[in-house]
Amino acid sequence: MTAFRKFWIILIISAFGAASAAAQTGHENHPQEQAGETAHPSGQAQEHSGAAAHPAEGHGPCGHSVSVEPEFNAGDNAVHHIADANALHIIGDVYLHLPCILYAPGHGWTLTTTAAFHAHHHGNGTKSKDGYVLVHGNVMRLKNPALAHGEFEVSDYAHQEVEANGKVKTVYNAVINGNCEPLDAKTTFDGGLMGGGITSFYDFSITRNVFTMLLTALILFLLFRAAANAATRREHQAPKGLQNFLEPFVTFIRDEVAKPNIGPKYERYLPYLLSAFFFILGLNLIGQIPFFPGSANVTGNISVTIVLALLTFLISTFSANKHFWEHTLWMPGVPAPLKILILTPIEVLGLFLKPFTLLLRLFANITAGHIVILSFVSLIFIFGDAGKSVGGSAAGAAASIPLTLFMMTLELLVAFLQAFIFTMLSAVYIGTAVEEPHHH
Amino acid sequence: MLFLGDFSVIKPEPGLLFWTTVIFLLFWFLMSRFAFKPIAESLKKREQDIQDALDEAKKAREEMSHLQAENEKLLAQAREERAAILKEAKEAKDEIIGEAKERANAEYKRKVESAIQDIENQKMAALVDLKNKAGQMAIEIAEKVLHKELANKPEQEAYAKSLVDNIKLN
Repeated sequence: MTAFRKFWIILIISAFGAASAAAQTGHENHPQEQAGETAHPSGQAQEHSGAAAHPAEGHGPCGHSVSVEPEFNAGDNAVHHIADANALHIIGDVYLHLPCILYAPGHGWTLTTTAAFHAHHHGNGTKSKDGYVLVHGNVMRLKNPALAHGEFEVSDYAHQEVEANGKVKTVYNAVINGNCEPLDAKTTFDGGLMGGGITSFYDFSITRNVFTMLLTALILFLLFRAAANAATRREHQAPKGLQNFLEPFVTFIRDEVAKPNIGPKYERYLPYLLSAFFFILGLNLIGQIPFFPGSANVTGNISVTIVLALLTFLISTFSANKHFWEHTLWMPGVPAPLKILILTPIEVLGLFLKPFTLLLRLFANITAGHIVILSFVSLIFIFGDAGKSVGGSAAGAAASIPLTLFMMTLELLVAFLQAFIFTMLSAVYIGTAVEEPHHH
Repeated sequence: MLFLGDFSVIKPEPGLLFWTTVIFLLFWFLMSRFAFKPIAESLKKREQDIQDALDEAKKAREEMSHLQAENEKLLAQAREERAAILKEAKEAKDEIIGEAKERANAEYKRKVESAIQDIENQKMAALVDLKNKAGQMAIEIAEKVLHKELANKPEQEAYAKSLVDNIKLN
């Protein structure tokens, strides 16, 4: 009976995957059509463009205009779609307006919503709000202090490469009243290694990823609350329905992950392992849905995996017993020089490497899955010459749909697998930390 | 284009770090408190229930087999008893029949004996009666003889002697 039911669930999800692949191709097609249009300057953005704005090639004094689409680039397209954004695009020019909570040192907090930027195609805002603008769905800040208060019309955005200190940097500009106004991206904690760094403002907005996390947490909570209610209400009866569907996951984590790896003290850590498993699984799965409210690449964002891995690290480190520290810092039965020179440094390094691999594995797997799917979808635009050739698009779709379907099915497996591996390794790390000494 | 090609997912962002922490901690707390705890408890209870039921079934099965053995023993005992009773009854029957036969035989013997006795008695009575009658007859004869031949002594004696001989022959 369950095997049959599982088969149907898989079949339905596969069919859903096929349908959504088709839906995604449809959705993706739309902006590309716009690209064709904007080659002949029209639309709102062009109306406001002043003298300094780009000519027909899209190349002006401020750099490449974002209103003129460059040639279709599958890599850029994928990278753009996996990124977090302030604007939550639903379909066409319809956006779900999300709160923007922005902080700039010296300027204070700015509370608004993405609606304030009057975004149109591609999440490019047409108005600045207290020094902030919306570029490709992301909030950026005008460097010019004269524009830090009030609203200004933004006619266009552009970017150009600038050489500074022997490094080529991309500088973003907003075109306001015909002037090039340089922009700051939000602060990131990569120390400049990935092209980010601490800038003039911090973004604590409810972004697409935060919204998806809230939604997923809410859905999971409601599902499990219903199962828990059923479990307490029908205490001495056989489980059924939703409760029967969810309980095996709980027993699986308990019996296959927590008990064998942590041992007799597993009950203290079970809620964390279960929360991590379902949180990751839920986000992985909702990220697979290629349209609203899904598609956000949450577990494929390093900020999210950092927090989760850090929690595992903190839990395992703070529950570590004497036995663990002894074996990590001063391994008994090994000569002292060997301990000082090799063993202890390696073990200490291992302490930090463990959570690092944990966060990197989840991030890389999910991001890679999203990129591959987006690349397959991009085949349609590559074959169709960015929407100019219908025949090419059809050929691209014919190649893309089976490949995307295959990838989505694989990603479904990865969604479960990565949630499981994260939970499993967390349990293993906690297990080694709380392990009681064996009497040799 | 680098503008799009900004690989931002690898840059830790303060906002996302903050919100992930807040949301996950909240999720962890709420799920533990309101979902996982009751589910884990009910799972434990159910497992105990199932174990109890299995144990009980095992106990019942053992009891059943125990009862069956006892039943068999009782049955065997009953069978034995029945055989014993039957045997006893047969013996009793035989005894009764034997006794009855014996008694019948004895009665028969007694009756035959008493019949013989009766015959003997009757015979004796008849003899006595006969003797008496013979005596009387003798007396009558003697009377007659006396009457007739009282004078003739030798003749008388001879006569009496003939009379007596006659009687004895009878």
